[in-house]
Amino acid sequence: MRRLLFLLPLAVFAALAAWLYIGLGGDPARIPSPLVGRTAPAFAVDGLATADLEGPALVNIFASWCVPCRAEHPLLTHLAEKEGVAIYGIAYKDKPENANAFLAELGNPYRRVGYDRDGQAGVEWGVTGVPETFVLDAGSVVVFKHTGPLTPDTVRRDLLPALGR
Amino acid sequence: MTRPAAILALLLALLSAPAMAALDASEMLADPALEARARALAKGLRCVVCQNQSIDDSGADLARDLRRSLRARLLAGDSDEEALAYLTHRYGDYVLLDPPLKPATWALWFAPAGFAVLALLLVVRYFRRRE
Amino acid sequence: MTAELGHFALALALGLALLQAVLPLYGAARGRQALMDLARHTALGQFILAAIAFGALTRAYVFSDFSVSAVAQNSHSLKPLLYRLTGVWGNHEGSLLLWILILTLFGAMVAVFGSGLRKTLQVRVLAVQAMIGSGFLAFTLLTSNPFARVWPPPLDGAGLNPLLQDPGLAFHPPLLYFGYVGLSVAFSFAVAALIEGRVDRAWARWVRPWTLAAWAGLTAGIALGSWWAYYELGWGGFWFWDPVENASFMPWLAATALLHSAIAAERRQALRSWTVLLAILAFSLSLLGAFLVRSGVLTSVHAFATDPERGVFILLLLGIATGGAFALYAWRAPALGAGVPFRPVSREGALVLNNLVLVTACATVLLGTLYPLFLDALDAGKVSVGPPYFAATFVPLVAPALVAMAVGPMLAWKRGDLAGALGRLWLAALGAALAAGAALAYGETMAALGLGAAAWIGLGALVEWAERLRLGRAPAGEVWRRARAIPRAAWGGGLAHLGVAVVVAGITASQCFQSELILAMKPGDSARIAGYTIRYDGTARVEGPNYRADRATLSVLRNGAPAAVLAPERRFYPVERQHTTEAAIRTTFLADLYAVIGEDDAQAGRTVRLYHNPLVPWIWIGAIVMALGALVSLSDRRLRLAAPRRRQQPAAS
Repeated sequence: MRRLLFLLPLAVFAALAAWLYIGLGGDPARIPSPLVGRTAPAFAVDGLATADLEGPALVNIFASWCVPCRAEHPLLTHLAEKEGVAIYGIAYKDKPENANAFLAELGNPYRRVGYDRDGQAGVEWGVTGVPETFVLDAGSVVVFKHTGPLTPDTVRRDLLPALGR
Repeated sequence: MTRPAAILALLLALLSAPAMAALDASEMLADPALEARARALAKGLRCVVCQNQSIDDSGADLARDLRRSLRARLLAGDSDEEALAYLTHRYGDYVLLDPPLKPATWALWFAPAGFAVLALLLVVRYFRRRE
Repeated sequence: MTAELGHFALALALGLALLQAVLPLYGAARGRQALMDLARHTALGQFILAAIAFGALTRAYVFSDFSVSAVAQNSHSLKPLLYRLTGVWGNHEGSLLLWILILTLFGAMVAVFGSGLRKTLQVRVLAVQAMIGSGFLAFTLLTSNPFARVWPPPLDGAGLNPLLQDPGLAFHPPLLYFGYVGLSVAFSFAVAALIEGRVDRAWARWVRPWTLAAWAGLTAGIALGSWWAYYELGWGGFWFWDPVENASFMPWLAATALLHSAIAAERRQALRSWTVLLAILAFSLSLLGAFLVRSGVLTSVHAFATDPERGVFILLLLGIATGGAFALYAWRAPALGAGVPFRPVSREGALVLNNLVLVTACATVLLGTLYPLFLDALDAGKVSVGPPYFAATFVPLVAPALVAMAVGPMLAWKRGDLAGALGRLWLAALGAALAAGAALAYGETMAALGLGAAAWIGLGALVEWAERLRLGRAPAGEVWRRARAIPRAAWGGGLAHLGVAVVVAGITASQCFQSELILAMKPGDSARIAGYTIRYDGTARVEGPNYRADRATLSVLRNGAPAAVLAPERRFYPVERQHTTEAAIRTTFLADLYAVIGEDDAQAGRTVRLYHNPLVPWIWIGAIVMALGALVSLSDRRLRLAAPRRRQQPAAS
């Protein structure tokens, strides 16, 4: 019993170190969305409201001032044109004219675009930054959320399966 | 996507937004009682993009949006609990600086008392053995 | 060329460290004098080489050599000289080099001052110290080379985060690292003692001064960091229970426990295996802190740019150092044996209570800091553990220690007289009751508890001094004689307790009695806060060396007469494209008047935030008093680093 007590620090430390090692693989900036598993939140901005959303579809939060949004844009275009995915865009904290210029320059992959000038729709969607992408199923239930720009990898691994493909 | 790329993306997203100061006078509510409630609640809410600041202290854009939403809820007649529920519904328990008591946080909340009891037991045992 | 010289010096230092980690241990086991003597020379050599490397990096920063990658990424030619200098350790690579410099400095100090130690013990301490050094040198050379070149060199550097361009923060890391790394000596002593299987009085006497020195640095470093946060982050807070703050606070708690248990180990041969455990724990928590800050497992305003590969490396270091030490502990500590028995109510008993509270509190901080990580690893959701959690758990846990702090030093060793000690503390009890009553008159229960505790501890320390001096009961001559006879360590301990009282008072008053005013002001507008009238006179554009700023002029009037001018700024650093707020603070040492400015609105005016923070300077004054207490203790004849050698000299001659 007494010897076991002297082993206690080692045992506690071993458990802690193992846990820290697992923790190293995680991403502290990743915040799981509580929206997953619920129907799309109620919001209404110029050009888009909850009732307009028809799943299965993607809801993409973007902005003309956001650099990573440019990076993921070709993928969205590909998904809309080649894969026939319905994508709704919400221009987050952006002037409509800037958002439109952005889409005129890079092409418009969106079925509809909503203009969230002051970011209030962003709060409804629990947005922490742009870009973010939500996957809705046929019943308009949020089944997946991706934070940050999309990559071919995430599209193949997470997005398409979540869309049921 | 790889971790560094994700962090870079987040950083870029933050950098591209204009920098603001913390709570601005223009955001404050006219009713002092309501404003006091909003301040108290805001101090317990995390600015989710700045990681370790409350939305009351933070100058980040998102913190400002959350402050505005919070005040809008209070103006609409929400109780404190309803206003907090509105935000946790959208951002999760992560937004609360005071972790709520739930099965996943039992260890967090009860372990400190457990540590103290364990330490006491060890000390009692130490003196018993000595006698 | 200088950068290559620095790189080469580091590689040589690693070679020396590896030699020092192995050969002297073998020499000590086999009684080979020459191999044992090697340790002293390699320890000095390592320090000289680390100093050369540090000098080389400093030179690259001072002369803005942007062909060195770390300089290009973290410096800028327009930056003032002071910040080019402090920029050396304002990033991961450079701060690691600073860590190594201090680590080898401590190794060299053990080599120089430790010649009075039992030879085998000194040599083993140096060997363990060299193992730690090898780990950090290898980490630096393999993952974080501060001397890596870029080609072609950029025309100018990327700059340093403007938040870090600040005199307070310039000296925060060196002090903090002095503390973190100083604890490595206590660790090495503990491991060496376990290897020897012997913890005697001399061992405890040697551990105390190193721990005191490290603790003083840690205390000052933490205080400086919180002071910086107070005036630089611009919302008047000073402690946020941020993971990185906690990472420095946990070793502090463990080191505080170690300081106290080492007293019992030295004076009474009690708590010896426990003291060894604490010595291992304190430095392990320093290493854990390094892991948390540098690995990217958590995000924080203070964290360095991170890299998972580095995380794995530090975790490996932590695993070898701490895991190895704890394994050795499990093996050897049971044989250390028990010391002189004591009653629960005794000086030793009070030290046990102190340790119990500090370690429990430390475990709680550790739990709160890592819990989000644990949940994330289990995929059990994401929570935030913020200040409300620590206020609800940490504060009640340490409260008993605050009460016992005044009583402990009044108790006798082995068997104390609690009633007698309490009786002699009547003055402190009266003071505590008065302070609490005054706070209650303002309707603040928390303030009553905090200020009552502060008065109790502070007066308790004074009463203890008065008792020792027989102040008021003996003639002045005898009091003077006694004052000179009291060991410095006792003065130092009392001073440190007094410092705690001052800190507790500062924290309590600033939390409970803060006034705050946020309003939009136009030039000519006035506002009233805590008896002052603040008049906004307008904002001017000013140019700094590497920033532009809006500087507001706020006239402070007391009873209509001008008392001061506050000039808070909002700065923009074009190189880094970042805004900062510079608070303006007028302090009377009893309270701070604190002003920051925000946005300017064409219609409403400029947002001005005003705070009146009573007793807030006491937090840092108290911390300085605590660190001074440690330095006074350090100057004690019995503890002086070189003392045993000096005592030995007459015997030798």
